Amino acid sequence: MGLLTFSLGGIHPPENKISAGKKIESPGLPEIVTIPLAQHLGAPSKVVVARGDTVKTGQIIAEANGFVSTNIHSSVTGKVLKVDLFPDSSGYRRQAVQIQVEEDDWVEGIDLSDTLVKDFDKSQDEIRKIILNSGIVGLGGATFPSHVKLMTPKGKTAEYLIINGVECEPYLTADHALMLEKHDELIVGVRILMKGLGVEKAIIGIENNKPDAIKIMEKASAEFDSIVVKPLKVQYPQGGEKQLVQALLKREVPSGGLPIDVGVVAFNVGTVYASYLAVQKNRPLLERVVTVTGKSVKKPSNFLTRVGTPVSYLIEKAGGLPEDTAKVINGGPMMGKALSRLDVPIVKGSSGILLLMEEEAYRKETQSCIRCTKCVTVCPMGLEPYLLMTQAEKAMYEEMEGEKVMDCIECGSCVYTCPSSRPLLDYIRLGKGELGKILRARKAV
Amino acid sequence: MSQIIIYTIITLVAIGAVAAIILYFVAQKFKVYEDPRIDQVEEALPAANCGGCGFAGCRNFAEALVKSDSFDGLNCPVGGNDTMASVASILGREAVESAPLVAVIRCNGTPEFRPRTNTYDGASSCAVEHSLHTGEGGCPHGCLGHGDCVDACDFDAIHMNPETELPEVIDDKCTACGACVRACPRDIIELRKKNKKDRKIFVSCINEEKGPIPKRNCSVVCIGCSACFKVCPHDAITMNNNLAYIDPVKCRLCRKCVVVCPTNAIHEIHFPPPKIVGVAKETETSKSKENETKQKN
Amino acid sequence: MNKLVVSPSPHARSAESVPKLMYGVMISLIPALGVSIYFFGISVLIITAVSVLSCVLFEFLIQKYMLKGKPSHKDGSAILTGMLLAFTLPANLPVWIVIIGALVAIGVGKMTFGGLGNNIFNPALVGRVFLFISFPVAMTSWPEPLQRLKYINAETGATPLAVMKEGMGKQPVSEIMNELPGYLDMFIGKMMGSVGEVAAIALLIGLIYLLWKKIITWHIPVTILATVVVFTGILWLIDPESYADPLFHLLTGGLLLGAIYMATDYVTSPMTKKGMIIYAIFIGIITVLIRVFGAYPEGVQFAILIMNAFVPLLNKYIKPKRFGKEVKHG
Repeated sequence: MGLLTFSLGGIHPPENKISAGKKIESPGLPEIVTIPLAQHLGAPSKVVVARGDTVKTGQIIAEANGFVSTNIHSSVTGKVLKVDLFPDSSGYRRQAVQIQVEEDDWVEGIDLSDTLVKDFDKSQDEIRKIILNSGIVGLGGATFPSHVKLMTPKGKTAEYLIINGVECEPYLTADHALMLEKHDELIVGVRILMKGLGVEKAIIGIENNKPDAIKIMEKASAEFDSIVVKPLKVQYPQGGEKQLVQALLKREVPSGGLPIDVGVVAFNVGTVYASYLAVQKNRPLLERVVTVTGKSVKKPSNFLTRVGTPVSYLIEKAGGLPEDTAKVINGGPMMGKALSRLDVPIVKGSSGILLLMEEEAYRKETQSCIRCTKCVTVCPMGLEPYLLMTQAEKAMYEEMEGEKVMDCIECGSCVYTCPSSRPLLDYIRLGKGELGKILRARKAV
Repeated sequence: MSQIIIYTIITLVAIGAVAAIILYFVAQKFKVYEDPRIDQVEEALPAANCGGCGFAGCRNFAEALVKSDSFDGLNCPVGGNDTMASVASILGREAVESAPLVAVIRCNGTPEFRPRTNTYDGASSCAVEHSLHTGEGGCPHGCLGHGDCVDACDFDAIHMNPETELPEVIDDKCTACGACVRACPRDIIELRKKNKKDRKIFVSCINEEKGPIPKRNCSVVCIGCSACFKVCPHDAITMNNNLAYIDPVKCRLCRKCVVVCPTNAIHEIHFPPPKIVGVAKETETSKSKENETKQKN
Repeated sequence: MNKLVVSPSPHARSAESVPKLMYGVMISLIPALGVSIYFFGISVLIITAVSVLSCVLFEFLIQKYMLKGKPSHKDGSAILTGMLLAFTLPANLPVWIVIIGALVAIGVGKMTFGGLGNNIFNPALVGRVFLFISFPVAMTSWPEPLQRLKYINAETGATPLAVMKEGMGKQPVSEIMNELPGYLDMFIGKMMGSVGEVAAIALLIGLIYLLWKKIITWHIPVTILATVVVFTGILWLIDPESYADPLFHLLTGGLLLGAIYMATDYVTSPMTKKGMIIYAIFIGIITVLIRVFGAYPEGVQFAILIMNAFVPLLNKYIKPKRFGKEVKHG
């Protein structure tokens, strides 16, 4: 029998999981952390500390500002140096809190031990509240506030909880490492989220290039009939929510819809672990596993990193910046963002830091489209990237709506496969942005 | 032989006649009445179809002109006062004079003043780079230099200077249609009043951040020091969010502000070299600035 | 440290490139070329070399002096056009006619539209059809196989399709078949025909290579061949004495060459799988219509050119299967 996978398109880029099998280690604390206030989708949080305040590890420094927003906690103990604009990965300056690190003194009531706590007696509402208060967001990269996902909208019912252990991005191994080391905790986390969501069934999807993780998760979940581990065929972008739901359940999330429209809610394994820590140990989300990798990196690692740690600090800890580094990417090579500077902080959504060498960093020269149809073939959403690019170039944004450009998940498969090295996604993204403006304006009228 | 030719001619003429009769009746039946003045007005317009008036093309603009009772908000920037005057005479109305404008690039971030800290390797489009990061020079407001404005210009009035990596406007060709203003994702380009001999004084920066941070990216940034605001004798300069703005209507081109700007962010263009300017020290500084401006052009 | 490079994602690229794809197609043409050299000898080499060289030269000259663009003759597409053009010509065609064909193929078929990627019609076929109409005699006298050292002076004859067309309606098909080479000879290419179209087995090997290397998908070639088999099969079942059997149609003429190499040309074929199938079905139908009921013995070239014209329409109206059904808001 063939392994499960999604039906439309897909590619298989070289996996390059250099840091696979590396234990999760702590890189230690930097001297200064910078914690941005907009680390999640939705409204940036409201800052509640001021310059000169002393904050403890785990203390709330910014509160949720609306329903689709979340709390942000201090990841260190120290003095607030500044609440000001600091450059983010794009170089644009955004609100952030800068803290001078003094020590690591946690707020009282947080269980810092490593012991596994299996039993929980919290009610559904309590779980949702803890998730909100602990500032948990989707750690797969989208950083959508998790408590929002647990609130099933009226008229819809959740049937399945899907756990995303796919990690289809080349190079990244953060989720893999987490599954290997924290499998028991993850299963408790899955049970917590099932209760929080009110569902009876959970499926954990893992690509079969991680056989050790599949095995260990199957073992850990053996005692629960309601939790199933399903191996998946390696194919990018299987970690996309819509693709994963289709691969596991053969259900298609409708265009413009969410997985809940087909009775599914999906969480990344990192989010599950964070939920476990929040509910069982009272620990808010202030650190995450970050893969630091690259072909020329001396010590590829999986670091359990505090939010706000500068990227340059992590690179130092992984053996220093290699001489031939030309591009540093926050995330994986397919969907990650290239950094324009290295003093920017790790945020909740950073799953990896990838260093590319000079020879891998540049694009090939763009040639004219030969209409080979490869972009259409690989598009997992069934779109026509060649057409969308032309339309965006010619500013035909309204026409792009009919071609379903808003369904594009920006996975980059089209650009990866294009023999003419055309900047398809650059223009599609531009078109999405411009069309989004038009649609919002239309709604406002 | 001749018979064939005659028959052929007769048949063709007959077909032509029948078709003409049918066409005539159809044209009569489906005739749409159109104000004949629309055609006349369209004739008077420059037929550039640039959209500078805010309408999709010259025809749409002509319709709007004929329909509306006054010229409020209706102006053809390309044709200018002459065109509007002839339109007014066709429609039998009073023409409204409006000052001619010209596009001005409010950034002077050449590689010399704004050292490049990153290399951009993506689609050659300002809009794409703008949505990705602050640009190769690190300034979040500065010109990205891919020439979206050049592509937008229908009049060949704007070009990239490969040395400064900035666009340059050819004042004589610029019709102030505003296409470049709309194309620029960073809103650097402004339409300003045209002065005698194309003289201009403007703040060549749109940075609104105060203090040393913008200065780190670019040496000719407006730091919002208000020196020009204080020196201006005509109240033409306003300070908004740490950015000086020279009102082109109030400005009398006295050039006092140019001299006091500590970062050379205020530009004077097409002025003769100053002969007698107050104190000697001032003369020196403005001279050096003048040279700089010349080099830039 | 170097300046950091910033670019939009993705940051990984496959090793695919236009020249690589073009050279892939050329490699798949080698078996057909080999068989042709075996049967027609030195003349094949002359025709192919002249065609390829003149295509590349014309592309270079037009790009440099007329379009004033970047040189594009190195991307391999002109070489491929040259090869494909040569494959559709009789091996005894004079050199000057081949050069005219190359000029029309590259100049009219490709560069007038703006070069690679913009042409509506398959350039090689444009060249061939132009020659076919301008030099009907030269383009329909085919050298008999196994005269390896002769070029223009080779003994000539008619292709099986022309013989069939000539005889159809006058005598029963089974009698015509007796005058023609056997199916085995047709399969290995021992018959009269254009340089590249004779050897069915070599073309099929090429097809397998193209499919294996994922240069093309099965949709267009398989659908064309299936349509032809079904259509001619129906006719044959109705009256086997008036119509030739499907195998005859498959093995003769330019059907295989057209279905595998001409109809699958990236630039001039549809962008979606559904569109490809519709396009291919019509190519099959038109081919059979021309062969059986039309004025010419062979119809593949016209069928492909006609359907090329419909490709923009197919691209506009035939959309790929989108992910997720539409949700109705409100």
